Amino acid sequence: MRRNSNILKQIDWVTVFIYILLVFFGWINIYAAVYDDNHQSIFDISQRYGKQLIWIGASLFLIIGIFIINHKFYSFIPFPVYLLTIFMLIFVIIFGREVNGAKSWFEIGSFKFQPAEFAKFATSLVLAKLLSIYNFKIYKFKNIITITALLLIPFILILLQNDTGSALVYVSFIFVLFREGLSGNILLIGLLLIVLFILALFLNVLNLIIGITLLSFIIFWISNRNIKQTLIGVGIFILSGLLIWGITLLFEINLLESLQILLAVLLSSAFYTLWLIRNNLHKTLLIIGFAIISISFVLSVDYIFNNILEKHHQSRINNLLGIEFDPLGAGYNVNQSKIAIGSGGFLGKGFLNGTQTKYNFVPEQSTDFIFCTVGEEWGFIGTSSVLFLFALLLLRLIFLAERQRSAFSRIYGYSVIGILFFHVVINIGMTIGLAPVIGIPLPFFSYGGSSLWSFTILLFIFIKLDAHRMELL
Amino acid sequence: MINPYINRKYIIGGIVIFILFIYFIKLFAIQVIDDKYKLSAENNSKRIVIKHSARGLIFDRNNKLLVYNEAAYDIMIIPNQIENFDTITLSDILGITQNNINKNIIKARNYSARKPSIFLKQVSAKTYANFQEHIHKYKGFFVQPRTLRKYPMKIASNVLGDVGEVNKKTIEKDNYYKSGDYIGLNGIEKFYEKELRGRKGVELFLVDVHNRIKGSFANGKYDTTSVVGKNITATIDANLQLYGEMLMQNKIGSIVAIEPKSGEILAQISSPTFDPNLLVGRVRSENYQKLVTDTLKPLFNRALMAKYPPGSTFKLINALIGLQDKLISKKTHFGCSNGYHAGGLTVGCHSHKSPLNLLESIQHSCNSYYCNVFRTIVENKDYIKHADAYTHWRNLVVSFGLGNKLGSDFYNEISGFVPKASYYDKVHQTENWKALNIISLAIGQGELGITPLQMANMTATIANKGRYYIPHIVKKIEGRKDINPKYTIHHYTKIDEKHFTDVINGMELVVNGGIGSTARIAKIQDITVCGKTGTAENPHGKDHSIFIAFAPKENPEIALVVFIENGGFGSSWAAPIASLMIEKYLTDTIKRTYLEKRMLDGNLLKSE
Ligand SMILES: [Zn+2]
Repeated sequence: MRRNSNILKQIDWVTVFIYILLVFFGWINIYAAVYDDNHQSIFDISQRYGKQLIWIGASLFLIIGIFIINHKFYSFIPFPVYLLTIFMLIFVIIFGREVNGAKSWFEIGSFKFQPAEFAKFATSLVLAKLLSIYNFKIYKFKNIITITALLLIPFILILLQNDTGSALVYVSFIFVLFREGLSGNILLIGLLLIVLFILALFLNVLNLIIGITLLSFIIFWISNRNIKQTLIGVGIFILSGLLIWGITLLFEINLLESLQILLAVLLSSAFYTLWLIRNNLHKTLLIIGFAIISISFVLSVDYIFNNILEKHHQSRINNLLGIEFDPLGAGYNVNQSKIAIGSGGFLGKGFLNGTQTKYNFVPEQSTDFIFCTVGEEWGFIGTSSVLFLFALLLLRLIFLAERQRSAFSRIYGYSVIGILFFHVVINIGMTIGLAPVIGIPLPFFSYGGSSLWSFTILLFIFIKLDAHRMELL
Repeated sequence: MINPYINRKYIIGGIVIFILFIYFIKLFAIQVIDDKYKLSAENNSKRIVIKHSARGLIFDRNNKLLVYNEAAYDIMIIPNQIENFDTITLSDILGITQNNINKNIIKARNYSARKPSIFLKQVSAKTYANFQEHIHKYKGFFVQPRTLRKYPMKIASNVLGDVGEVNKKTIEKDNYYKSGDYIGLNGIEKFYEKELRGRKGVELFLVDVHNRIKGSFANGKYDTTSVVGKNITATIDANLQLYGEMLMQNKIGSIVAIEPKSGEILAQISSPTFDPNLLVGRVRSENYQKLVTDTLKPLFNRALMAKYPPGSTFKLINALIGLQDKLISKKTHFGCSNGYHAGGLTVGCHSHKSPLNLLESIQHSCNSYYCNVFRTIVENKDYIKHADAYTHWRNLVVSFGLGNKLGSDFYNEISGFVPKASYYDKVHQTENWKALNIISLAIGQGELGITPLQMANMTATIANKGRYYIPHIVKKIEGRKDINPKYTIHHYTKIDEKHFTDVINGMELVVNGGIGSTARIAKIQDITVCGKTGTAENPHGKDHSIFIAFAPKENPEIALVVFIENGGFGSSWAAPIASLMIEKYLTDTIKRTYLEKRMLDGNLLKSE
């Protein structure tokens, strides 16, 4: 009884207030983005801003619902919700409707629904549930496998829907794992992989692999300070290489040079490993792992990039890296988006006075590129305010997460932080040319019921959990 | 239990702040520091629609319409907006091949896919009406009205000039013009371009990415309305011009007629001429090529640009200079024995009575007489050197408007050539050349190069007894009280008025002196025509036939020159044509139909 009477006092109103500001400002900007003289009423439900208002109203009911439901309920539902989501993700691949090349929508009458949006929420819950199990050790091999599987299944299913953007959001769970004790090296490895990814696109793959191999030997030498062992290692590698080369010649196998080197590394690694078991050198094992993983990664990036990625993805990535410059090709959208934002200047052109966003120079101006409208009409004042609001929200959420006594609440909180942060970084980053153009919405801002609802549910369950932090252990 | 990884919140918070701060800096850079995005945005979304103004009309001195505008329509496309359409029907409607349709679309696309460009220039109102009925089937097409010049009388092509698309050089020099604008390229159209063109207006629109108009830019704050060009009244008399052009058919040469009391050009004919309508619309470039390559050079305005020796007409000037310098008088006699003989030099003459006085010398056009006069002038003892006496002579010649541009309202008039003393220094490689060296100047031959316009002005000046207005072609500009004041200022020759009487009397005798007069054929009943024949030697062929005249003697209303290339004696073609012109202008009828017929039928091109 005491709980019900105090719930309003327990709610973190700072977060709620930032949420309201963002949603309201987003709605205003959707109005500006699709405004035309024929439909001037901001409540016109035939227009996107009118619809958004309905979604916003519905969100209010969602929020009330979230607060009415007993907080303990949320720690019971993760697995069922997760399973349901997985089923829906599979279902949508089979029966879904294709929108913009992505088969990720259910359509029931005029109601459209995107399971991928809820998958983030479901995954957050299930991850929180799993990691908060008493005495759960994140670095145990079995646990790593479980976590990987939990993340990878929805990730792959969403990829299969052709919705790369939503799938990539799963990268954001690295934050959660890091906070919960995953080795910091994982983040470094992640960084390393990004560097290798970029290098793989920039440099000749063969050179890169030779470089990695050399680097491995240098690391080996630095960590051991033993020239003899290093030379033995190099010798083994060369012998393995010659062996592989001889075999390909002998059996007339047509094998790429880069693959030959990879095989040589693998073969020599096998010799090292045998030899290392005797000498018990852990570091060396890591170095071998580094070499093999790096080379495989570079090769697969090369393969994926040239054989799996579609042309427009390729050129988008290339464009981001500055490899190609064509204002009318893949970079066209980003260029137009920068023009729109840049033309806003310091104070902006004023509400409804944007020309770039309104007249469709910017694509998807009410959804993925809504930030352009902010930039054009509200200027630097507007964009920095939005950035500031998001920074404030994220830091506030970190503060809230850290004050949780229950691990479940904290982990769930970090999932929310990770997901929001990833969306903000990618969405705003792509409009100003600092992130690849991945079609994901700006939380609370972009037009769309599914996205607004899923972010609302995501956030408010955390606010609800926070409100009951004293009762949860 | 204390969470062992609690400090990682700082790392996470740090990453959040770090990345968002980078974004903050980047936004500051593109929104506040860098201006290039603002410019790009303007180019993106602003469309300037030019509202072309109709050019002013041109009338003749009697308000007869010479030039008006006819509506034409440019068919425009915005390549981006084109959807598949039936090219066969379109090629039927517009009368161009399917191949050309594709070519024009590609050309437009190469210019810009988003901006409108001309698909087909200047289609007729009929084609336009037909196309307009079907335009809904052709997405991305629209029509832009233009105006084309039309010439109802088909005369005076070189006087009026033509209108064409402005070239790159002009666009660079004058930012009023944009590619595709029309501009006067010649004659009145060129000289009075600023008055005739009016002022085009612009309307600024906001457009979306598909270049569809979304509304006016800044509520029309920067829009300007177009102003129709001013109408111009030309000085020419359309009937006289037409008649002159008819008389000149099948002849090469020029007629320039001036009203002496005003300097207004009544007719200016350069032959062969062409129908000005040929240089209008879509046929323009093809016809222009034909005219340019025509060996008779119809585009070459002989009235203003051809340099001819004035021949015997120039004797009048030498007579006037002799009188002015008191070296001769009305009573001065010189003999002539079939020519002038001095040293080893002979200037031939036809047979006539001898000796003659001044008036008779004009009447008979005696070469010997003027060789004597000219020699007297150049060998004047008042001057130490012949060259100085020559320079004095030249100063008087030039005061008739010869040897320099007159300053008419034609850009293409030339200055002609009256050699300076230094010229002969160079030719003879000494400063001590003699009068005999340049004796051909006495009879208007030699190096002299005078344009028909200058000769007409010279005639008008004699008719006015020594003063002239700069010849001009525009009488009135709509909305302006006066024309350029420079055309209402008297210019005076360096010859006193009293000396002209004798010369004019001599000119009267040329036409009306009975037997022995060189241009009896030019006589008109009841009108005293004063004239002077000229026959200019032409090293390339038959002599040029020249006649200058004014009438009536007492109150000159028209002064003119007729110049017929390879026409032989002045009296054979130039004099009768000049006479007919005068008769036409003063009486508006031609009584001597036999003479008119002979002139109209005369074909001097065949003999070539
Ligand atoms: Zn003689």
